[in-house]
Amino acid sequence: MDQILLQILNGLDKGSAYALIALGLTLIFGTLGVVNFAHGALFMIGAFCAVTLQRILNISTVTTDPTKTDFLGNPAKIKTPVVETWFGPEMGASIIDWSVPLAILFAIPIMAAVGFIMERGLIKHFYKRPHADQILVTFGLAIVLQEVIKAFYGANPIPTPAPEAFRGSFDFGTYLGYEANAIIYPYWRMVYFAFSAVIIAAVFAFLQFTTFGMVVRAGMADRETVGLLGINIDKRFTIMFAIAACVAGLAGVMYAPINSPNYHMGMDFLVLSFVVVVVGGMGSLPGAVLAGFMLGILEAFASMNQVKAIFPGIDQIIIYLVAIIIILTRPRGLMGRRGVMEE
Amino acid sequence: MLKLNKRDTMLFVIVTAMVFLAPFLLNPFPQGSSMAQMFNAGYPDLMQRFVIFGILVIGFNILFGLTGYLSFGHAAFLGIGSYSAVWMFKLLSMNIIPALILSMIVAGIFSLVIGYVSLRRSGIYFSILTLAFAQMSYNLAYSVLGNPSSNYNLTNGETGLQLALNDPRVLDGAAAANGALPVTKLFGLAMRDSYNLNVGGWLFTFNVGYYVAGILMLISFYISIRIFRSPFGMMLRAVKSNQQRMNYTGLNTKPYTLAAFVISGMYAGLAGGLLSSMDPLAGAERMHWTASGEIVIMAILGGVGTLIGPIVGAGFNEYFKNILSKINDGVLHQWLSFLPDGLENFIVGILHYFVGKGWHLTLGLLFMMVIIFLPGGLVEGGQRLAKMFKRKKTDDGSDSNNTPAE
Repeated sequence: MDQILLQILNGLDKGSAYALIALGLTLIFGTLGVVNFAHGALFMIGAFCAVTLQRILNISTVTTDPTKTDFLGNPAKIKTPVVETWFGPEMGASIIDWSVPLAILFAIPIMAAVGFIMERGLIKHFYKRPHADQILVTFGLAIVLQEVIKAFYGANPIPTPAPEAFRGSFDFGTYLGYEANAIIYPYWRMVYFAFSAVIIAAVFAFLQFTTFGMVVRAGMADRETVGLLGINIDKRFTIMFAIAACVAGLAGVMYAPINSPNYHMGMDFLVLSFVVVVVGGMGSLPGAVLAGFMLGILEAFASMNQVKAIFPGIDQIIIYLVAIIIILTRPRGLMGRRGVMEE
Repeated sequence: MLKLNKRDTMLFVIVTAMVFLAPFLLNPFPQGSSMAQMFNAGYPDLMQRFVIFGILVIGFNILFGLTGYLSFGHAAFLGIGSYSAVWMFKLLSMNIIPALILSMIVAGIFSLVIGYVSLRRSGIYFSILTLAFAQMSYNLAYSVLGNPSSNYNLTNGETGLQLALNDPRVLDGAAAANGALPVTKLFGLAMRDSYNLNVGGWLFTFNVGYYVAGILMLISFYISIRIFRSPFGMMLRAVKSNQQRMNYTGLNTKPYTLAAFVISGMYAGLAGGLLSSMDPLAGAERMHWTASGEIVIMAILGGVGTLIGPIVGAGFNEYFKNILSKINDGVLHQWLSFLPDGLENFIVGILHYFVGKGWHLTLGLLFMMVIIFLPGGLVEGGQRLAKMFKRKKTDDGSDSNNTPAE
């Protein structure tokens, strides 16, 4: 029982990442009808927003302290981050410590701008082209973005720690009556799960309860009619693209402490999130979320040693197996609308 | 000749000539000059890659170019072919013929199974199905099948599958006494043997492996021309333009598309086998989905659905990869030394991101440009140029038969 609980928990954080990326992907597909292979790159850019903010906050002024010397006998150099001189040492230190959560604020405008430029500058011209062309051009864009990041940040993963308060783990087991250390779960992963739940809820609420969201939903159902009613649906869809980019970016920002950002993390997540979208149903938002968590948890269970003893290697392929079965038996996915992409 | 029409014969003769004369054509600069270091491509390793990737993309083009099915998992067949070939070298003989045959058969079997399942869907779903299968193969090759301590160590994981001295090699008999690894060969000819020809300042290298691969590429190219011109090729094109209509007329298109898939899978297997024949080391990274993406890039760069496009695309991609990765800041400074210092440093600072280690960026941008502005690839670009010139010269509207090579 404790094993099962542990695996569910393990699946939740990866599932949250899958769900968030897939949510953005399926939002783009549902609104604009575009298959965006560059979505993983947006996730990666988000993670590098966290890295960038961390670097900006660590910009320091160097002063020499003549009373101390380093091992060569030179006067010791003391680095004082600029924020510490601005806000005082304690406040400054805690700002640096909280750089990853702060990066959320930093990332939102950046991701929105990136999404806006991407849609207006490139993807707009591909609405009328076949899906294959959309896949290819966004794949090319993904390579370009990835290489730009690599040129500026190097090829090595960059550690981006979570705030001090969230390092370490939480012993779930003792609360539920199991032995100590039976179910241990890092704090940051709980934060990540809660964060993704909030974001998902916000996106749904936005679409469900605002006029803007209503128009967007109407546009998803029948773009032409909404356009004929005199509503500029293209503009709204562009904004939705920017929102989807933000969702992917924020998923990346918060994922940075879990997995040190590197330039190919986007490509690693992209295939999986596509699979998630397909399993959930192309264009279905609840489907993407459900499938994201489901596949995350399934993957966690498949990597249990007991399971691996029976089916070696199952943890590596389980997600793809599920996807293949779903595509073959129910091409509209778990929660896809009837008639959408059934062929 | 060879049951080809006049234009195809011309094309085939030109390609044949280029393959055979490649050591001359690719070495236009004398040995030792600074241009030679940069632009000469006539060394065996690179020439082999030209023709091997040519085979791979010719095969991919039979699927994507004719039927329009975009497979994002073709690198899996390449990897499977490489592994099969290395196993043949380990178990049977260092002769490349059984290795190539096995790699084609195994890749064919895999593509039959994967194609049978994937072709039940079209469009994006087909792409994602092939992607899923390829990623499954890659993950398995990396984890379970590549774990040296497990019972099913087929791929040797991250290290890559390589030859060892104590391999059985049934047909070759005992291992070489001097303790050196045997080399791959075609009967008596070792793949890595080369004949160097010195003419004046020029050095031309004729490599056995290159010519073996080159001849195989010509055969593949010939088969692909025949497929393009056959009723079978016509049927595949019909599938591309409107599969639904084909189905409504009561025709089952599945056998045709499946045949195209298996043929292109076997081409990829052959290319993988050849890669292993040139260098008997097979790693799983060849199967990663971005490698599949690179195959797509090569096909698009050259021109999808044309005969010569795949060869152009593969050659272009490999050549520029090679050149761009060789250019570094020092070379740039040397080239731009005629400019004022400040400007020179500025331009070098910008170009720095596009050359050397940044060649991926340049190719990615180029790829995007081609998709946006030239959906027909470089071949279409060439045709447009040809058309422009022709119009200027003759100034009449009849340009019905100036479409070289499709």
